[in-house]
Amino acid sequence: MRALVWITEDTWDGCVDRAREFLPADAEVTLLHVAPSDVEQVASGGATRLLGRRPPPPPGPPLRAIADEEAQELLQSAAERFGRPARTAARRGLIEREVVEACADADLLVLARAGKYGLEPKSLGHFTRFVVDHAPCQVLLVWPEAPPGLATIKWPPHLR
Amino acid sequence: MSEAVALIVLAASLAAAVARPRWAPEWAVAAVGAGLLVAVGILSFHGAREALSSLGPTVGFLAALLVLADGCRRAGVFDALGAWMARGARANARRLLVMVFAAAAITTSVLSLDATIVLLTPIVFTTAARLPTNPRPHVYACSHLANTASLLLPVSNLTNLLAFHASGLSFTRFGVLMAVPWLVGLAIEWVVLSRSFAGELQRRPGRRREAGPRDDVELPRFALCVVALTLLGFGVSSLIGIEPVWIATAGAAAMVLRERPAPKQLVAAAEPSFLVFVLALGVVVAAASEHGLSSLIDNLIPRGANPLELLAVAGVSALLANLVNNLPATLIILPVAAASGQAAVLAMLIGVNVGPNLTYVGSLATLLWRRIVHAHDHDTDIGEFTKLGVLTVPAVLVASTLTLWLALQVV
Repeated sequence: MRALVWITEDTWDGCVDRAREFLPADAEVTLLHVAPSDVEQVASGGATRLLGRRPPPPPGPPLRAIADEEAQELLQSAAERFGRPARTAARRGLIEREVVEACADADLLVLARAGKYGLEPKSLGHFTRFVVDHAPCQVLLVWPEAPPGLATIKWPPHLR
Repeated sequence: MSEAVALIVLAASLAAAVARPRWAPEWAVAAVGAGLLVAVGILSFHGAREALSSLGPTVGFLAALLVLADGCRRAGVFDALGAWMARGARANARRLLVMVFAAAAITTSVLSLDATIVLLTPIVFTTAARLPTNPRPHVYACSHLANTASLLLPVSNLTNLLAFHASGLSFTRFGVLMAVPWLVGLAIEWVVLSRSFAGELQRRPGRRREAGPRDDVELPRFALCVVALTLLGFGVSSLIGIEPVWIATAGAAAMVLRERPAPKQLVAAAEPSFLVFVLALGVVVAAASEHGLSSLIDNLIPRGANPLELLAVAGVSALLANLVNNLPATLIILPVAAASGQAAVLAMLIGVNVGPNLTYVGSLATLLWRRIVHAHDHDTDIGEFTKLGVLTVPAVLVASTLTLWLALQVV
């Protein structure tokens, strides 16, 4: 079985732990990180916003290089924490689309809820929601922390 | 006829600034256009000289502030801010957002939104990625606060500098009147951003193998002292009878003497092409204003200082700033607003400063241009940024303008 584990900065450790717990020992595992291009764009899009200004470029390596380096660091940390042989993959672009495209070669996608902690629709988070809806493979949706209790469900008053 | 020519020159200058063609830099287009308008007599020589002499001190002030901010960068102020944010966050995303709010609000107010956009935002991005935490809430916050937090002081935004000169307010009174609108704006940004990113902010991811390597950054004491003294100088400038521009110049000079940048770098830091652009655009707008633009704006903007009238001024200003960017919007509206009083000038500032948060590129003109150039580039999908803009901009416009009105009644 080819399994893809999508890790993010927020939930990487919990997601890796669940993957180790639930994936069979013989699974071919790839750890995936996607760098969000919109964030880099907003972070480095300054010159376009300041009409007529051409500020000298900020010191240090360009933002994209920093983002690449941090992505590699995160993937390395995740691989170490996973503790089993795994490949790593780094992509860049619109997060939800990149993840869905990466799923094309996988039988199973492991991903973590990134939204609110509680049993409710918003527990998935915007991008996770999209990926769960559109992934072209089986999906294992995990809680990065211990799952919340039943008491967190918000029932409408007449059903309580 | 004169009207059409003046508007065409204005449109060409703005188009050059947005599209930035290599063969026609915006400062050259605006300068040639301004020269043309004077040469053919659409703007009198006297009119051009008047526009230049009213903009001159502001442009000098701007140059000093740019050099001051560049000195801060050289001295490592922004690296120190990054380390301070990382330490204060203690690996907690929500706490990091608090630190980012503080850093962006202070940087924008004191060193202008340019410093926040160009120098602080990349540091925030790096700090968040290294924590590690999702950089999106923090980068978006920084980008929003560059606009919203630029309400406080005359030095926080070039638009404020222009208005400050035209309004005749003292530095201190400007800050006192804008303090509550500024705080209200920050509060609304906090509520919207922290709620929109509630999921990202509640996570406490594990530390990576190697924790932040930025802990050993040395505090740039000299630079921070210069900035603090400059700010203090601004505060007492009206009491001691010194124009704030000289205090900014002194601050910039202290920074230059300490950091000793090469002459070429010093000139680059002051961005002469930008200074020329501002001066030339001022002349072009003066010509267009004289030939009909002013009376058009006059019809759009109510004269008066009741809350509804101030809201209308802020609304029209925000609209125009979103269409063509806030610098030309300010140059166009300012003469009309200044004629109707200080309240209208400050309401205009709320509009032109906060309004551009609807797009991350500053104006619809720029956004459309980028859409045309990058038509096949999915990277330019910025729906989430726009959504946050829609949630914050109208609320901040209304709340800040109303609190400005209150401040004007009290102070």
